[in-house]
Amino acid sequence: MVEIKGVFKSFEGKSVLSGVDLQVQRGETMVVIGRSGCGKTVLLKLIIGLLKPDHGSILIDGIDIVRVKYKKLLELRKRMAMLFQGAALFDSLTVEENVGLALRRHSGLPEEEIKDRIRQCLAMVELEGTGHLMPAELSGGMKKRVAIARAIAMGPGIVLYDEPTTGLDPITAQNIVSLIADLQNRISATSIVVTHDLSVAYQIGQRIAMLHDGRIRFVGSPEQIKTSEDEIIKHFVSGGSI
Amino acid sequence: MGHSPAQLAHGKLIRFFDQLGKFGILLSRVFRAFSDFPTYRHLIVGQMKTIGMESLPVVVLTSIFVGMVASIQTAYQLRGRVPLYFTGSAVGKMIFLEVGPVTTAFVLSGRVGASIAAQLGTMKITEQIDALESMALNAMAYLVVPRVVAGMVMLPVLIIFTDAIGIAGSWLTAVLSAGISSHDFFKGLQMFFLPMDVIGGLIKAFFFGLTVTLVPSFYGFNTTGGAEGVGRATTNAVVVCCLSILVLDYIIAAIIL
Repeated sequence: MVEIKGVFKSFEGKSVLSGVDLQVQRGETMVVIGRSGCGKTVLLKLIIGLLKPDHGSILIDGIDIVRVKYKKLLELRKRMAMLFQGAALFDSLTVEENVGLALRRHSGLPEEEIKDRIRQCLAMVELEGTGHLMPAELSGGMKKRVAIARAIAMGPGIVLYDEPTTGLDPITAQNIVSLIADLQNRISATSIVVTHDLSVAYQIGQRIAMLHDGRIRFVGSPEQIKTSEDEIIKHFVSGGSI
Repeated sequence: MGHSPAQLAHGKLIRFFDQLGKFGILLSRVFRAFSDFPTYRHLIVGQMKTIGMESLPVVVLTSIFVGMVASIQTAYQLRGRVPLYFTGSAVGKMIFLEVGPVTTAFVLSGRVGASIAAQLGTMKITEQIDALESMALNAMAYLVVPRVVAGMVMLPVLIIFTDAIGIAGSWLTAVLSAGISSHDFFKGLQMFFLPMDVIGGLIKAFFFGLTVTLVPSFYGFNTTGGAEGVGRATTNAVVVCCLSILVLDYIIAAIIL
Protein backbone atom coordinates (compact mmCIF):
# COMPACT_ATOMS: atom_id res chain seq x y z
CA MET A 1 0.00 0.00 0.00
CA VAL A 2 1.18 3.52 -0.81
CA GLU A 3 0.18 6.37 1.50
CA ILE A 4 1.07 9.97 0.75
CA LYS A 5 0.45 12.28 3.69
CA GLY A 6 0.62 16.08 3.56
CA VAL A 7 3.41 16.23 0.97
CA PHE A 8 4.83 19.61 0.00
CA LYS A 9 7.48 20.13 -2.64
CA SER A 10 8.88 23.28 -4.16
CA PHE A 11 11.75 24.03 -6.53
CA GLU A 12 13.73 27.25 -6.09
CA GLY A 13 10.87 28.84 -4.19
CA LYS A 14 8.19 27.75 -6.69
CA SER A 15 5.64 25.53 -5.02
CA VAL A 16 4.71 22.42 -7.03
CA LEU A 17 2.93 20.27 -4.47
CA SER A 18 1.24 21.91 -1.52
CA GLY A 19 -0.26 19.30 0.74
CA VAL A 20 -0.90 16.16 -1.29
CA ASP A 21 -2.77 13.34 0.46
CA LEU A 22 -3.42 10.11 -1.40
CA GLN A 23 -3.82 6.43 -0.58
CA VAL A 24 -3.35 3.63 -3.09
CA GLN A 25 -4.47 0.20 -1.97
CA ARG A 26 -2.46 -2.96 -2.57
CA GLY A 27 -3.10 -4.32 -6.08
CA GLU A 28 -5.04 -1.22 -7.11
CA THR A 29 -4.44 0.76 -10.31
CA MET A 30 -4.60 4.45 -9.49
CA VAL A 31 -4.36 6.95 -12.32
CA VAL A 32 -3.23 10.47 -11.48
CA ILE A 33 -4.39 13.05 -14.00
CA GLY A 34 -3.76 16.75 -14.23
CA ARG A 35 -2.52 19.40 -16.60
CA SER A 36 1.04 19.33 -17.91
CA GLY A 37 3.45 20.75 -15.35
CA CYS A 38 1.09 20.30 -12.38
CA GLY A 39 3.55 18.04 -10.54
CA LYS A 40 2.46 14.54 -11.55
CA THR A 41 5.98 13.35 -12.42
CA VAL A 42 7.31 14.99 -9.26
CA LEU A 43 4.78 12.96 -7.28
CA LEU A 44 6.03 9.69 -8.84
CA LYS A 45 9.66 10.63 -8.18
CA LEU A 46 8.77 11.37 -4.56
CA ILE A 47 7.08 7.98 -4.22
CA ILE A 48 10.19 6.13 -5.43
CA GLY A 49 12.50 8.37 -3.40
CA LEU A 50 14.26 10.08 -6.31
CA LEU A 51 13.17 13.39 -4.78
CA LYS A 52 12.62 14.28 -1.14
CA PRO A 53 9.56 16.28 -0.09
CA ASP A 54 9.97 19.53 1.83
CA HIS A 55 7.31 18.31 4.28
CA GLY A 56 5.15 15.27 4.68
CA SER A 57 5.60 11.54 4.59
CA ILE A 58 5.31 8.77 2.01
CA LEU A 59 4.63 5.31 3.38
CA ILE A 60 5.40 2.22 1.33
CA ASP A 61 3.84 -0.76 3.10
CA GLY A 62 4.04 1.24 6.32
CA ILE A 63 7.68 2.38 5.94
CA ASP A 64 8.25 6.12 5.56
CA ILE A 65 10.72 6.34 2.67
CA VAL A 66 11.37 10.01 3.40
CA ARG A 67 13.09 9.15 6.64
CA VAL A 68 14.90 5.89 5.82
CA LYS A 69 18.64 5.74 5.18
CA TYR A 70 19.93 5.37 1.62
CA LYS A 71 20.69 1.64 1.95
CA LYS A 72 17.18 0.95 3.23
CA LEU A 73 15.78 3.08 0.42
CA LEU A 74 17.63 0.91 -2.13
CA GLU A 75 16.15 -2.18 -0.44
CA LEU A 76 12.65 -0.69 -0.73
CA ARG A 77 13.22 0.17 -4.39
CA LYS A 78 13.81 -3.52 -5.15
CA ARG A 79 10.06 -3.94 -4.61
CA MET A 80 9.25 -1.01 -6.90
CA ALA A 81 9.71 -0.13 -10.56
CA MET A 82 9.21 2.98 -12.62
CA LEU A 83 8.51 3.46 -16.30
CA PHE A 84 9.95 6.82 -17.32
CA GLN A 85 8.30 9.16 -19.80
CA GLY A 86 11.19 8.92 -22.29
CA ALA A 87 11.75 5.19 -21.51
CA ALA A 88 15.23 6.04 -20.08
CA LEU A 89 16.85 2.92 -21.53
CA PHE A 90 20.59 2.73 -20.95
CA ASP A 91 21.87 3.60 -24.40
CA SER A 92 25.21 1.84 -23.98
CA LEU A 93 23.53 -1.50 -23.15
CA THR A 94 21.61 -3.89 -25.40
CA VAL A 95 17.91 -4.57 -24.85
CA GLU A 96 18.82 -7.83 -23.11
CA GLU A 97 21.30 -6.08 -20.80
CA ASN A 98 18.77 -3.34 -20.03
CA VAL A 99 16.11 -5.84 -19.00
CA GLY A 100 18.58 -8.00 -17.08
CA LEU A 101 20.52 -5.29 -15.26
CA ALA A 102 18.61 -5.37 -11.97
CA LEU A 103 18.21 -9.16 -12.13
CA ARG A 104 21.96 -9.68 -12.51
CA ARG A 105 22.70 -7.30 -9.66
CA HIS A 106 19.99 -8.24 -7.17
CA SER A 107 18.40 -11.61 -7.86
CA GLY A 108 21.34 -13.94 -7.20
CA LEU A 109 19.88 -16.29 -9.82
CA PRO A 110 22.12 -18.37 -12.10
CA GLU A 111 22.79 -16.80 -15.50
CA GLU A 112 20.62 -19.35 -17.34
CA GLU A 113 17.59 -18.53 -15.19
CA ILE A 114 18.23 -14.82 -15.65
CA LYS A 115 18.30 -15.29 -19.42
CA ASP A 116 15.04 -17.25 -19.24
CA ARG A 117 13.45 -14.51 -17.18
CA ILE A 118 14.61 -11.85 -19.67
CA ARG A 119 13.13 -13.89 -22.54
CA GLN A 120 9.83 -14.18 -20.64
CA CYS A 121 9.70 -10.44 -19.96
CA LEU A 122 10.44 -9.60 -23.59
CA ALA A 123 7.79 -12.12 -24.68
CA MET A 124 5.23 -10.44 -22.37
CA VAL A 125 5.77 -7.17 -24.24
CA GLU A 126 5.87 -8.98 -27.61
CA LEU A 127 9.51 -8.23 -28.31
CA GLU A 128 10.96 -11.72 -28.63
CA GLY A 129 14.26 -11.84 -30.49
CA THR A 130 15.17 -8.19 -29.92
CA GLY A 131 17.59 -8.80 -27.05
CA HIS A 132 20.67 -8.10 -29.15
CA LEU A 133 19.45 -4.69 -30.39
CA MET A 134 20.68 -1.37 -29.03
CA PRO A 135 18.10 1.22 -27.84
CA ALA A 136 19.06 3.50 -30.77
CA GLU A 137 17.77 0.81 -33.15
CA LEU A 138 14.28 0.76 -31.60
CA SER A 139 11.16 2.79 -32.42
CA GLY A 140 9.49 4.92 -29.73
CA GLY A 141 6.85 2.27 -29.02
CA MET A 142 9.46 -0.51 -28.82
CA LYS A 143 11.50 1.56 -26.37
CA LYS A 144 8.46 1.95 -24.12
CA ARG A 145 7.82 -1.79 -24.27
CA VAL A 146 11.45 -2.61 -23.43
CA ALA A 147 11.17 -0.16 -20.53
CA ILE A 148 8.04 -2.00 -19.35
CA ALA A 149 9.86 -5.34 -19.66
CA ARG A 150 12.73 -3.87 -17.61
CA ALA A 151 10.27 -2.55 -15.02
CA ILE A 152 8.55 -5.93 -14.49
CA ALA A 153 11.72 -8.04 -14.63
CA MET A 154 12.17 -8.11 -10.85
CA GLY A 155 8.50 -8.85 -10.21
CA PRO A 156 7.82 -5.55 -8.42
CA GLY A 157 4.97 -5.06 -5.98
CA ILE A 158 4.54 -1.42 -7.01
CA VAL A 159 4.85 -0.10 -10.57
CA LEU A 160 4.90 3.61 -11.39
CA TYR A 161 4.13 4.67 -14.96
CA ASP A 162 5.03 8.21 -16.03
CA GLU A 163 3.01 9.27 -19.08
CA PRO A 164 3.20 5.81 -20.72
CA THR A 165 1.62 6.92 -24.01
CA THR A 166 3.13 10.37 -24.51
CA GLY A 167 4.84 10.83 -27.86
CA LEU A 168 3.36 7.70 -29.42
CA ASP A 169 0.97 7.44 -32.35
CA PRO A 170 -2.63 6.47 -31.42
CA ILE A 171 -2.27 2.82 -32.45
CA THR A 172 1.00 2.29 -30.58
CA ALA A 173 -0.42 4.20 -27.60
CA GLN A 174 -3.45 1.88 -27.55
CA ASN A 175 -1.11 -1.14 -27.70
CA ILE A 176 0.80 0.18 -24.69
CA VAL A 177 -2.43 0.78 -22.76
CA SER A 178 -3.63 -2.76 -23.53
CA LEU A 179 -0.24 -4.09 -22.50
CA ILE A 180 -0.34 -2.25 -19.15
CA ALA A 181 -3.91 -3.49 -18.50
CA ASP A 182 -2.87 -7.04 -19.41
CA LEU A 183 0.20 -6.86 -17.19
CA GLN A 184 -1.92 -5.65 -14.29
CA ASN A 185 -3.99 -8.80 -14.59
CA ARG A 186 -0.87 -10.98 -14.76
CA ILE A 187 1.43 -9.48 -12.10
CA SER A 188 -1.21 -7.96 -9.78
CA ALA A 189 1.07 -5.13 -8.75
CA THR A 190 -0.04 -1.88 -7.17
CA SER A 191 0.13 0.60 -10.05
CA ILE A 192 0.22 4.36 -10.15
CA VAL A 193 -0.14 5.75 -13.64
CA VAL A 194 0.44 9.42 -14.33
CA THR A 195 -1.12 10.80 -17.49
CA HIS A 196 -2.91 13.78 -18.91
CA ASP A 197 -4.71 11.53 -21.40
CA LEU A 198 -8.21 10.82 -20.08
CA SER A 199 -8.83 7.89 -22.43
CA VAL A 200 -5.83 6.13 -20.84
CA ALA A 201 -7.18 6.96 -17.38
CA TYR A 202 -10.64 5.53 -18.15
CA GLN A 203 -9.22 2.33 -19.65
CA ILE A 204 -6.77 1.30 -16.95
CA GLY A 205 -7.72 3.23 -13.82
CA GLN A 206 -9.72 1.53 -11.07
CA ARG A 207 -9.65 4.93 -9.37
CA ILE A 208 -8.62 8.30 -10.74
CA ALA A 209 -7.06 11.13 -8.74
CA MET A 210 -6.87 14.63 -10.13
CA LEU A 211 -3.96 16.84 -9.17
CA HIS A 212 -4.71 20.54 -9.37
CA ASP A 213 -2.93 23.56 -7.85
CA GLY A 214 -0.55 21.29 -5.92
CA ARG A 215 -3.31 19.27 -4.22
CA ILE A 216 -5.45 16.24 -4.94
CA ARG A 217 -8.72 17.80 -6.09
CA PHE A 218 -10.64 14.59 -6.65
CA VAL A 219 -10.37 10.85 -6.07
CA GLY A 220 -12.95 8.45 -7.40
CA SER A 221 -13.90 5.89 -10.00
CA PRO A 222 -13.88 6.68 -13.75
CA GLU A 223 -17.70 6.89 -13.59
CA GLN A 224 -17.59 9.37 -10.71
CA ILE A 225 -15.14 11.70 -12.45
CA LYS A 226 -17.30 11.73 -15.58
CA THR A 227 -20.32 12.86 -13.54
CA SER A 228 -18.52 15.22 -11.18
CA GLU A 229 -20.14 18.62 -10.63
CA ASP A 230 -16.82 20.29 -9.74
CA GLU A 231 -16.28 23.03 -12.34
CA ILE A 232 -12.53 22.45 -12.62
CA ILE A 233 -12.97 18.72 -13.11
CA LYS A 234 -15.78 19.26 -15.59
CA HIS A 235 -13.58 21.60 -17.60
CA PHE A 236 -10.67 19.15 -17.58
CA VAL A 237 -12.87 16.21 -18.55
CA SER A 238 -14.54 18.16 -21.33
CA GLY A 239 -11.19 19.44 -22.58
CA GLY A 240 -11.88 23.10 -21.77
CA SER A 241 -9.48 25.53 -20.13
CA ILE A 242 -9.24 25.62 -16.35
CA MET B 1 17.26 47.60 -13.76
CA GLY B 2 20.87 46.35 -13.88
CA HIS B 3 22.77 44.96 -10.91
CA SER B 4 25.64 46.82 -9.33
CA PRO B 5 29.14 45.26 -9.53
CA ALA B 6 28.93 44.49 -5.80
CA GLN B 7 25.64 42.63 -6.26
CA LEU B 8 27.06 40.69 -9.20
CA ALA B 9 30.16 39.77 -7.22
CA HIS B 10 27.97 38.71 -4.29
CA GLY B 11 25.84 36.55 -6.60
CA LYS B 12 28.93 34.89 -8.09
CA LEU B 13 30.35 34.25 -4.62
CA ILE B 14 27.10 32.63 -3.49
CA ARG B 15 27.07 30.44 -6.64
CA PHE B 16 30.71 29.48 -6.06
CA PHE B 17 30.03 28.31 -2.50
CA ASP B 18 26.81 26.61 -3.64
CA GLN B 19 28.82 24.62 -6.22
CA LEU B 20 31.54 23.90 -3.65
CA GLY B 21 28.92 22.57 -1.23
CA LYS B 22 27.38 20.37 -3.91
CA PHE B 23 30.82 19.07 -4.85
CA GLY B 24 31.40 18.21 -1.18
CA ILE B 25 28.13 16.27 -1.11
CA LEU B 26 29.13 14.37 -4.28
CA LEU B 27 32.52 13.56 -2.73
CA SER B 28 30.90 12.13 0.39
CA ARG B 29 28.44 10.08 -1.71
CA VAL B 30 31.28 8.74 -3.89
CA PHE B 31 33.33 7.92 -0.80
CA ARG B 32 30.41 5.98 0.72
CA ALA B 33 29.73 4.24 -2.62
CA PHE B 34 33.21 2.64 -2.50
CA SER B 35 31.73 0.11 -0.04
CA ASP B 36 29.23 -1.06 -2.71
CA PHE B 37 31.91 -3.18 -4.40
CA PRO B 38 29.54 -5.73 -6.07
CA THR B 39 27.93 -2.91 -8.08
CA TYR B 40 31.10 -1.65 -9.71
CA ARG B 41 33.72 -4.41 -9.58
CA HIS B 42 32.94 -5.71 -13.10
CA LEU B 43 33.06 -2.17 -14.55
CA ILE B 44 36.56 -1.17 -13.43
CA VAL B 45 38.51 -3.02 -16.14
CA GLY B 46 36.37 -1.47 -18.90
CA GLN B 47 36.94 2.00 -17.52
CA MET B 48 40.68 1.33 -17.15
CA LYS B 49 40.72 0.44 -20.83
CA THR B 50 38.79 3.58 -21.79
CA ILE B 51 40.71 5.98 -19.58
CA GLY B 52 44.13 4.34 -19.82
CA MET B 53 44.64 2.20 -22.90
CA GLU B 54 42.59 4.35 -25.26
CA SER B 55 44.39 7.49 -24.10
CA LEU B 56 47.81 5.97 -24.75
CA PRO B 57 48.21 7.06 -28.41
CA VAL B 58 47.50 10.73 -27.67
CA VAL B 59 49.63 10.60 -24.52
CA VAL B 60 52.54 9.06 -26.45
CA LEU B 61 52.30 11.70 -29.15
CA THR B 62 52.12 14.53 -26.62
CA SER B 63 55.01 13.15 -24.59
CA ILE B 64 57.33 12.87 -27.60
CA PHE B 65 56.78 16.49 -28.56
CA VAL B 66 56.94 17.74 -24.98
CA GLY B 67 60.28 15.95 -24.57
CA MET B 68 61.59 17.32 -27.87
CA VAL B 69 60.58 20.90 -27.09
CA ALA B 70 61.98 20.63 -23.54
CA SER B 71 65.31 19.54 -24.96
CA ILE B 72 65.56 22.30 -27.58
CA GLN B 73 64.47 25.02 -25.14
CA THR B 74 66.86 23.91 -22.41
CA ALA B 75 69.83 23.55 -24.73
CA TYR B 76 69.06 27.00 -26.17
CA GLN B 77 69.04 28.60 -22.71
CA LEU B 78 72.16 26.81 -21.48
CA ARG B 79 74.31 27.17 -24.60
CA GLY B 80 77.40 29.28 -23.96
CA ARG B 81 76.66 29.65 -20.22
CA VAL B 82 76.88 26.17 -18.67
CA PRO B 83 78.00 22.78 -20.03
CA LEU B 84 75.33 21.28 -22.30
CA TYR B 85 75.19 17.98 -20.41
CA PHE B 86 73.10 19.89 -17.87
CA THR B 87 70.37 19.70 -20.51
CA GLY B 88 69.78 16.08 -19.42
CA SER B 89 69.51 17.16 -15.77
CA ALA B 90 67.07 19.99 -16.48
CA VAL B 91 64.94 17.99 -18.89
CA GLY B 92 64.74 15.02 -16.49
CA LYS B 93 63.56 17.15 -13.55
CA MET B 94 61.15 19.02 -15.78
CA ILE B 95 59.56 15.91 -17.30
CA PHE B 96 59.43 13.72 -14.20
CA LEU B 97 58.10 16.32 -11.82
CA GLU B 98 56.20 18.90 -13.78
CA VAL B 99 55.68 18.77 -17.51
CA GLY B 100 54.94 15.04 -17.73
CA PRO B 101 52.17 14.83 -15.11
CA VAL B 102 50.62 18.23 -15.90
CA THR B 103 50.61 17.80 -19.69
CA THR B 104 49.18 14.30 -19.44
CA ALA B 105 46.52 15.48 -17.00
CA PHE B 106 45.60 18.33 -19.37
CA VAL B 107 45.32 15.90 -22.27
CA LEU B 108 43.13 13.61 -20.20
CA SER B 109 40.98 16.53 -19.06
CA GLY B 110 40.11 17.07 -22.70
CA ARG B 111 39.84 13.46 -23.77
CA VAL B 112 38.49 11.69 -20.68
CA GLY B 113 37.00 14.58 -18.69
CA ALA B 114 34.92 15.89 -21.58
CA SER B 115 33.72 12.38 -22.37
CA ILE B 116 32.68 11.66 -18.76
CA ALA B 117 30.82 14.97 -18.41
CA ALA B 118 29.02 14.48 -21.74
CA GLN B 119 28.11 10.84 -21.01
CA LEU B 120 26.82 11.47 -17.50
CA GLY B 121 25.18 14.74 -18.54
CA THR B 122 23.27 12.97 -21.29
CA MET B 123 22.30 10.20 -18.87
CA LYS B 124 21.07 12.84 -16.42
CA ILE B 125 18.84 14.72 -18.85
CA THR B 126 17.42 11.51 -20.35
CA GLU B 127 16.60 10.22 -16.84
CA GLN B 128 18.95 7.23 -17.19
CA ILE B 129 20.54 8.09 -13.83
CA ASP B 130 17.09 8.21 -12.22
CA ALA B 131 16.32 4.88 -13.91
CA LEU B 132 19.44 3.33 -12.37
CA GLU B 133 18.45 4.58 -8.93
CA SER B 134 14.87 3.40 -9.40
CA MET B 135 16.25 -0.09 -10.08
CA ALA B 136 17.90 -0.04 -6.64
CA LEU B 137 21.36 0.52 -8.10
CA ASN B 138 23.58 3.10 -6.45
CA ALA B 139 24.30 5.46 -9.37
CA MET B 140 27.48 6.74 -7.73
CA ALA B 141 28.80 3.19 -7.36
CA TYR B 142 27.75 2.23 -10.87
CA LEU B 143 28.82 5.34 -12.78
CA VAL B 144 31.36 7.34 -10.79
CA VAL B 145 33.38 4.94 -8.64
CA PRO B 146 34.66 2.75 -11.53
CA ARG B 147 35.78 5.88 -13.39
CA VAL B 148 37.48 7.31 -10.30
CA VAL B 149 39.26 4.04 -9.52
CA ALA B 150 40.37 3.76 -13.16
CA GLY B 151 41.62 7.35 -13.12
CA MET B 152 43.58 6.89 -9.91
CA VAL B 153 45.21 3.71 -11.22
CA MET B 154 45.70 4.55 -14.89
CA LEU B 155 46.99 8.11 -14.65
CA PRO B 156 50.16 7.04 -12.79
CA VAL B 157 50.58 4.24 -15.36
CA LEU B 158 50.25 6.76 -18.19
CA ILE B 159 52.73 9.05 -16.45
CA ILE B 160 55.30 6.25 -16.46
CA PHE B 161 54.85 6.07 -20.24
CA THR B 162 54.98 9.86 -20.45
CA ASP B 163 58.25 9.94 -18.51
CA ALA B 164 59.89 7.25 -20.61
CA ILE B 165 58.71 8.59 -23.96
CA GLY B 166 59.33 12.21 -23.02
CA ILE B 167 62.92 11.39 -22.05
CA ALA B 168 63.38 9.40 -25.26
CA GLY B 169 62.05 12.33 -27.30
CA SER B 170 64.29 14.83 -25.56
CA TRP B 171 67.32 12.55 -25.94
CA LEU B 172 66.70 12.15 -29.68
CA THR B 173 66.36 15.88 -30.14
CA ALA B 174 69.39 16.60 -27.98
CA VAL B 175 71.49 14.27 -30.13
CA LEU B 176 70.05 15.08 -33.54
CA SER B 177 69.53 18.81 -33.37
CA ALA B 178 71.15 20.29 -30.27
CA GLY B 179 74.55 18.72 -30.80
CA ILE B 180 74.70 16.97 -27.42
CA SER B 181 76.17 13.50 -27.33
CA SER B 182 74.19 10.59 -25.90
CA HIS B 183 76.85 10.16 -23.27
CA ASP B 184 76.57 13.78 -22.13
CA PHE B 185 72.78 13.73 -22.15
CA PHE B 186 72.53 10.64 -19.93
CA LYS B 187 75.41 11.82 -17.73
CA GLY B 188 73.38 14.99 -17.05
CA LEU B 189 70.19 13.03 -16.59
CA GLN B 190 71.76 10.83 -13.91
CA MET B 191 73.75 13.58 -12.23
CA PHE B 192 70.94 15.18 -10.21
CA PHE B 193 68.41 12.39 -10.48
CA LEU B 194 66.49 11.62 -7.31
CA PRO B 195 63.93 8.80 -7.01
CA MET B 196 61.66 11.41 -5.42
CA ASP B 197 61.44 13.14 -8.81
CA VAL B 198 59.60 10.15 -10.25
CA ILE B 199 57.66 9.42 -7.04
CA GLY B 200 56.58 13.08 -6.82
CA GLY B 201 55.29 12.90 -10.38
CA LEU B 202 53.37 9.73 -9.58
CA ILE B 203 51.84 11.29 -6.45
CA LYS B 204 50.67 14.19 -8.60
CA ALA B 205 49.33 11.72 -11.16
CA PHE B 206 47.25 9.97 -8.51
CA PHE B 207 45.55 13.24 -7.51
CA PHE B 208 45.22 14.37 -11.13
CA GLY B 209 43.53 11.02 -11.84
CA LEU B 210 41.00 11.82 -9.12
CA THR B 211 40.48 15.31 -10.54
CA VAL B 212 39.93 14.33 -14.19
CA THR B 213 37.24 11.85 -13.16
CA LEU B 214 35.56 13.49 -10.16
CA VAL B 215 35.16 17.02 -11.55
CA PRO B 216 33.51 15.90 -14.82
CA SER B 217 31.31 13.46 -12.87
CA PHE B 218 30.16 16.39 -10.74
CA TYR B 219 29.25 18.47 -13.79
CA GLY B 220 27.62 15.48 -15.49
CA PHE B 221 25.44 14.71 -12.46
CA ASN B 222 24.40 18.35 -12.17
CA THR B 223 23.52 18.86 -15.83
CA THR B 224 20.24 20.64 -16.48
CA GLY B 225 18.52 21.57 -19.73
CA GLY B 226 18.90 19.76 -23.01
CA ALA B 227 21.78 19.50 -25.46
CA GLU B 228 22.89 23.02 -24.53
CA GLY B 229 23.11 21.94 -20.88
CA VAL B 230 25.30 18.97 -21.81
CA GLY B 231 27.56 21.29 -23.83
CA ARG B 232 27.80 23.72 -20.92
CA ALA B 233 28.56 20.92 -18.46
CA THR B 234 31.28 19.54 -20.75
CA THR B 235 32.95 22.92 -21.24
CA ASN B 236 32.79 23.73 -17.52
CA ALA B 237 34.16 20.30 -16.65
CA VAL B 238 37.22 20.72 -18.88
CA VAL B 239 37.91 24.31 -17.76
CA VAL B 240 37.54 23.51 -14.05
CA CYS B 241 39.60 20.32 -14.47
CA CYS B 242 42.50 22.25 -16.02
CA LEU B 243 42.36 24.97 -13.35
CA SER B 244 42.12 22.40 -10.54
CA ILE B 245 45.13 20.55 -11.95
CA LEU B 246 47.22 23.73 -11.83
CA VAL B 247 46.12 24.54 -8.28
CA LEU B 248 46.73 20.96 -7.12
CA ASP B 249 50.09 20.95 -8.90
CA TYR B 250 51.19 23.93 -6.85
CA ILE B 251 49.85 22.51 -3.56
CA ILE B 252 51.47 19.09 -4.05
CA ALA B 253 54.77 20.66 -5.18
CA ALA B 254 54.78 22.91 -2.10
CA ILE B 255 54.19 19.89 0.15
CA ILE B 256 56.55 17.32 -1.33
CA LEU B 257 59.50 19.45 -2.49
